Amino acid sequence: MNTLPADLLLAAGAGPVGAVTDFLREWPNMWPDLWLSTLDTVYMVVWATLVSLLVGLPLGVLLVTTDKGGLTPAPAVRAVLGAIVNIGRSLPFIVLMVAVLSLTRFLVGTTLGPTAAIVPLSIGAIPFFARLVETALREVDRGVIEAAHAMGTRRATIVGKVMLPEALPGLIASLVMTVVTLISYSAMAGAIGGGGLGDLAIREGYQRFNDHYLWATVILLVVIVQAVQSLGDLLVRRLSRR
Amino acid sequence: MIDAVGLHKVYRLKKSRVAALRGVDLRVEPGEIFGVVGQSGAGKSTLLRSVNLLERPDTGTVTVDGEELTALRGARLRAARRGIGMVHQHFALLSSRTVAGNVGFPLEVSGVGRAERRARVGELLELVGLADKARAYPSQLSGGQKQRVGIARALASRPKVLLSDEATSALDPATTDSILSLLRRLRDELGLTILLITHEMDVIKKICDSAAIMEDGAFLESGRVLDLIGTPGSLLARSLFPLPELGGSDTVVVTYPRSFDMPVMSELTRRFDVDVNILGGGVEQVAGQSVGRLGVAIRGDRRAEALSYLSTSGLLVEEVGK
Repeated sequence: MNTLPADLLLAAGAGPVGAVTDFLREWPNMWPDLWLSTLDTVYMVVWATLVSLLVGLPLGVLLVTTDKGGLTPAPAVRAVLGAIVNIGRSLPFIVLMVAVLSLTRFLVGTTLGPTAAIVPLSIGAIPFFARLVETALREVDRGVIEAAHAMGTRRATIVGKVMLPEALPGLIASLVMTVVTLISYSAMAGAIGGGGLGDLAIREGYQRFNDHYLWATVILLVVIVQAVQSLGDLLVRRLSRR
Repeated sequence: MIDAVGLHKVYRLKKSRVAALRGVDLRVEPGEIFGVVGQSGAGKSTLLRSVNLLERPDTGTVTVDGEELTALRGARLRAARRGIGMVHQHFALLSSRTVAGNVGFPLEVSGVGRAERRARVGELLELVGLADKARAYPSQLSGGQKQRVGIARALASRPKVLLSDEATSALDPATTDSILSLLRRLRDELGLTILLITHEMDVIKKICDSAAIMEDGAFLESGRVLDLIGTPGSLLARSLFPLPELGGSDTVVVTYPRSFDMPVMSELTRRFDVDVNILGGGVEQVAGQSVGRLGVAIRGDRRAEALSYLSTSGLLVEEVGK
């Protein structure tokens, strides 16, 4: 007779082993919900990442170029940008989410669902990513920038052809870190009806005491974060020429 | 080719002011290799950076190849800088680009097309002996190879002037020699004018036609190396050729600054009736010429007359005992 190990274990009775087999049995029933929630999470994170990249990268560049000794020193601009970034960085994400509700309603028309969650996610990630970009760009050898000046290079070209390419591995690593942070933020967005895996964990796992959903979302989140990090590390290694 | 007049530069730090240049005048003739030597903090680096205006002097003018750079700003200054190559102590190569990508960078910046760039890069790598490394990344090269890439890059836009910022200071002695002879060869083949700064006297001795000693933001001495060697009391001569520890108080070191064809020692014994005892000597190459040095003990009643005869014959005479 062909017996599955899970069935044998089940026959053996309850205890931790029994719990695992229960969970495995339950998995196919949960899968449709889990899959849809995963898609929602990916949707939120992808869009929030794009917005963070689009806004955070120029912001990070400005933080470096407007600084003393930068390409275009502008202490006042730098102070204002620095303050904005610090305010964004100092708010806990859950507070920020609530604080920007009216902006979210204005931009998206609702405060519920994954699309609405993109707004606070982006606002939370932009200053985070901008600081990481700043750090990565500061790693670029000043001598190389000076050499570019000596060759009669325009400042915009120095940013585009020297600073960004030289910092690329660091920038990719920063982006990966931002994506990972966004995944965890997106789970928090579930708390106020943002959708995604966090939402599922709270609705099914916490409010309806269904531990299986809780475990399943934890497993999926870990797998996604691992996948993103490994892919990012691989890219950084490929690009690193130092 | 390079004319800098009355350069002053003061750095204002939080509490103090540091005068990096206090009235430096510099003139480098076309096709000349001019070396500025001095301790760190003497202002050499500021002087070099003033020539392509990476540092703008507070007062004074810089003229390169007939164009007054200090009068230029923005796009015109950038264009002028393309006519001045620069080599850096720590190479300053882009780690994200291949050797070919680095050498092609200045051409890319000045809008040279891909095909022309590729041809020129090939030529330049051939010139510095790195044709087989075009696709390598800087991290795969030795220090000497990196500096050759730096030199090729500096020459990409066919400059007339090359600035060298301690180009050999990060290299071992053998590599230093090969880079120095490359620089001299490039000067000979391309008619470059080279201004270099260094803290190594050896660099001056090996390739410079003219030199200046810098201290506290000013030149202590400057001129053609061979002239300075023949000048009594010259700091540069003394630094290039420290007095050897030979013999006693009657020892004299005689330096022959140029090829010298007079039987001066036998003349000495005959005319002044002194004893000349040769203690040691040698011939060194300075600025492409042979410079001889002889340590001799001179004894006799008419010793003083003998020494002044040597001086008037065009030799540099230094008394060890003094």
